[in-house]
Amino acid sequence: MTQSGRTFFLRPRDMIGIVILAFLLIVVLPLTLDNFRLQFVGKYLTYAFVALGLVLCWGYAGILSLGQGVFFGLGGYCMAMFLKLEASSVANTKIQTTPGIPDFMDWNQITALPWFWEPFRSFPFTVLAVVLVPAIFAFIVGFALFKRRVGGVYFAIITQALAAIMTILIVGQQGYTGGINGITDLRTLNGWDIRTDSAKTVLYFVCVGLLIACILIAYFVKSSKLGRILVAMRDKEDRVRFSGYDVSNFKVFVFCLAASLSAIGGAMFTLQVGFMSPSFVGIVPSIEMVIYTAVGGRLSILGAIYGTLLVNWAKTSFSETFPELWLLGLGGLFIAVVLAFPNGIAGLWQTYVAPRLGPLFSDAVKRRDATPPATPPASGPVAPAAAE
Amino acid sequence: MFSDYSLAELGSIFVMQGFAGLILFSVFVLMALGLAIIFGQMGVINMAHGEFMILGAYVTYFTSQFFLNYLPGLFGIYFFIAMILAFIAAGALGMAVEWLMIRRLYKRPLDTLLATWGLSLILQQIYRSVFGPREVGVELPGWMMGSLPVTDSIEMQINGLFVMGLTICITIAVALLMYRSNWGIQVRAVVQNRIMAGAVGINTEKVDRYTFGLGCGIAGVAGSAFTMIGSTGPTSGQLYIVDTFLVVVFGGAQSLLGTIASAFTISQAQSTLEFFLSGSMAKVLTLLGVVIILMLRPQGLFVIKVRR
Amino acid sequence: MNVITDQMNKDFVLAVEGLTVSFDGFKAVNDLSFYVDENEIRVIIGPNGAGKTTVLDLICGRTKATNGSIRFKSQELTKMKEHEIVRAGVGRKFQNPSIYEDLTVFENLEISYPKGRSVFGALAFRRDAPVKERVQEIAETIFLADQLDQRAEYLSHGQKQWLEIGMLLIQDPELLMLDEPVAGMSVSERKKTAELLNTIIKDRSVIVIEHDMKFVEDIAHKVTVLHQGKILSEGSMAKVQADPKVVEVYLGH
Repeated sequence: MTQSGRTFFLRPRDMIGIVILAFLLIVVLPLTLDNFRLQFVGKYLTYAFVALGLVLCWGYAGILSLGQGVFFGLGGYCMAMFLKLEASSVANTKIQTTPGIPDFMDWNQITALPWFWEPFRSFPFTVLAVVLVPAIFAFIVGFALFKRRVGGVYFAIITQALAAIMTILIVGQQGYTGGINGITDLRTLNGWDIRTDSAKTVLYFVCVGLLIACILIAYFVKSSKLGRILVAMRDKEDRVRFSGYDVSNFKVFVFCLAASLSAIGGAMFTLQVGFMSPSFVGIVPSIEMVIYTAVGGRLSILGAIYGTLLVNWAKTSFSETFPELWLLGLGGLFIAVVLAFPNGIAGLWQTYVAPRLGPLFSDAVKRRDATPPATPPASGPVAPAAAE
Repeated sequence: MFSDYSLAELGSIFVMQGFAGLILFSVFVLMALGLAIIFGQMGVINMAHGEFMILGAYVTYFTSQFFLNYLPGLFGIYFFIAMILAFIAAGALGMAVEWLMIRRLYKRPLDTLLATWGLSLILQQIYRSVFGPREVGVELPGWMMGSLPVTDSIEMQINGLFVMGLTICITIAVALLMYRSNWGIQVRAVVQNRIMAGAVGINTEKVDRYTFGLGCGIAGVAGSAFTMIGSTGPTSGQLYIVDTFLVVVFGGAQSLLGTIASAFTISQAQSTLEFFLSGSMAKVLTLLGVVIILMLRPQGLFVIKVRR
Repeated sequence: MNVITDQMNKDFVLAVEGLTVSFDGFKAVNDLSFYVDENEIRVIIGPNGAGKTTVLDLICGRTKATNGSIRFKSQELTKMKEHEIVRAGVGRKFQNPSIYEDLTVFENLEISYPKGRSVFGALAFRRDAPVKERVQEIAETIFLADQLDQRAEYLSHGQKQWLEIGMLLIQDPELLMLDEPVAGMSVSERKKTAELLNTIIKDRSVIVIEHDMKFVEDIAHKVTVLHQGKILSEGSMAKVQADPKVVEVYLGH
């Protein structure tokens, strides 16, 4: 793309990519998979929101967060709190000591709804909270750390610690959070039963719709000057600062955006799967979400979606047949992606497939030579192709 | 929360919790020492550090079984042999990992984090397949059992005291090695200026490999010590990795003294809080406190100011 | 006393007074004072480790001063953040070319264009005609007009230096600081760079760190010689060259 031609934020290549993905998710998969399998895909897609956030945050801005599960969980818990309150109507819970509060609170001798649960009776509030609570949390963490120029591995370790803290907190405070089991037995959304097959199919399409909207947002950010500043920052942070930008603000922004995206995924997870538990918040799920992004290609918005689907599909099929092999496979995948394919599937596509498809799909012509993915440039994770 | 106890009881509580804290402190220091070398000196994030520790613990367990079955007369000293074997096993594995994986990633610290996480998953699964999913515990030699009564209400377990003594010895040995030996100078030279160190004839690749091996070896010894106070399972190492990283970062990654001071602060805070709150809240408050302090003072407790 | 200092500052674009920075007791810059006039070209020379780059770091806020003041058009820079200093009108080029390798030449220049510097400003930033014209104009000045779509990592070393100069130029700073702008260049590149610098230093004050004496002689209005964080000598090139102290520590080597 030359600087003269671009007026719209999507290049033709991006548009084709999005249309193909949408066709796959909206037409091909629903027609070829049974309901049970389609619900699996719906669940995987909720992780794709996290992967999408990580592409912007980690791939573009170079900020590796190992605490994305926290945001996924916050979004999921916000939604679960609303659904749980709806499921815990006085009529449904009349056998409890205190009717009208969630069952796990009753089991833990809590007799009144805690204050922070109260607003989640309102659906509009819940929807706002899903997006804003994680963003505010990310803002506080990001502001404190980025203003003091904490980055790189220190940021990764601190976010990982936050994931650990959040899990211990949720498990420990079971009277308020449902503890290790999480918030379960969710039934209806504004009176609409979400447990039926037809509801799950509808939710699948809602999830796909939201995902495509988020993909468009990600493309918009990427193609704006902000997106280029993120790349510039990853490369030469000082130069950006000495071009008159307050670098930390940009980092805070992209971290908050990634948090909100993850949270939307979390909320959709709760709706489709019907529960939320701390096992999606902690260190292990958080770092697994990073591997989805890495496998798909940390620089590729669409790659991250395919990476998520692929890794989860592999996980499900392996866990069904050889549960032991899966951990070995996942471990091997981490090592292989990092050592041999730092740009993931998208990098392979960009290097081997796209050039054969002609100029619409490849901009390799303009480069002197695309560095093969096996030997990434020493400076960082970023091999040549901004691979889309 | 203090009102329920008499002053004398409170005193005993603090001493006993302080002692429990000291044992936790010993484990932290032993794990953190290895990490401080690998992360602080080489800048490599080794997420599999806990698994190296567990390897040492398994080696110790099998050595104890061997002595129990074949050399029961020498059972009293098996631990010292196990410790050496644990160091060698973990160190050798560390050097192999450095050669196969880490050396390709020195310029991509975030990627070492992901790759070593993958390694930790693989090691956990191997332990599970080979040693079984159940936790194993060693039998302590007779002289390590029992406790020393200090006052009526205070007593200290001998195995705990032993682990503490061991920690002190290993710490001193590492400090001497890093700051007094010729080899330590080479390591620090490579860290500060790799190209220059290479130019003055230091084999930087060799130094890297041995440094990484040493860090892992110390983790193995930590695992040995760990068996004295807890049981070992395939995922035991995972439990400590985040805490240990916080210890190292909180202490100021390049400072050995800082690592020890921060291990002390964190372990004491956690064990003292544990008595008054639930274990999980004690941990939450401790970790949160550390994270908040790191937000306010990201360079850690001890830091060397350098000219850029 | 204060009144007099303030009076004096008015005439200078940059007034550095009593500037000191110490790193764990080592004073890299020690009680340094100097003044730069409007449209003056000041060259700082000195042996390695004299504190030249540290002085630039202090002015642009990369390093915080232990003591002393730096006043730029009567604004105190020591208390400002890096990006505020840039927005006040100070531009700085690093010793090694510092450009964004993953972006094209056009994008490198565009990022330096002084508009849309806030987060939401950058989101809303449009690549409109004035931006394109300005980028084109700068690209011509720095001899890179036909490389606009090239990824910056494929430029030669000299071209990268020019690109960074162009990135400063597009900001149109009132005070331009250049750290060894011709280091590592071939003879022809060096000649072209001198030409380039001669055109861009008009209408602004410039501080240059440079080792190339021929180059210094060509452009300097005034030379400051630093040695161990202190000023050893200051004045015209001829005066400095005649100073026996300077000859001893620097030129004599």
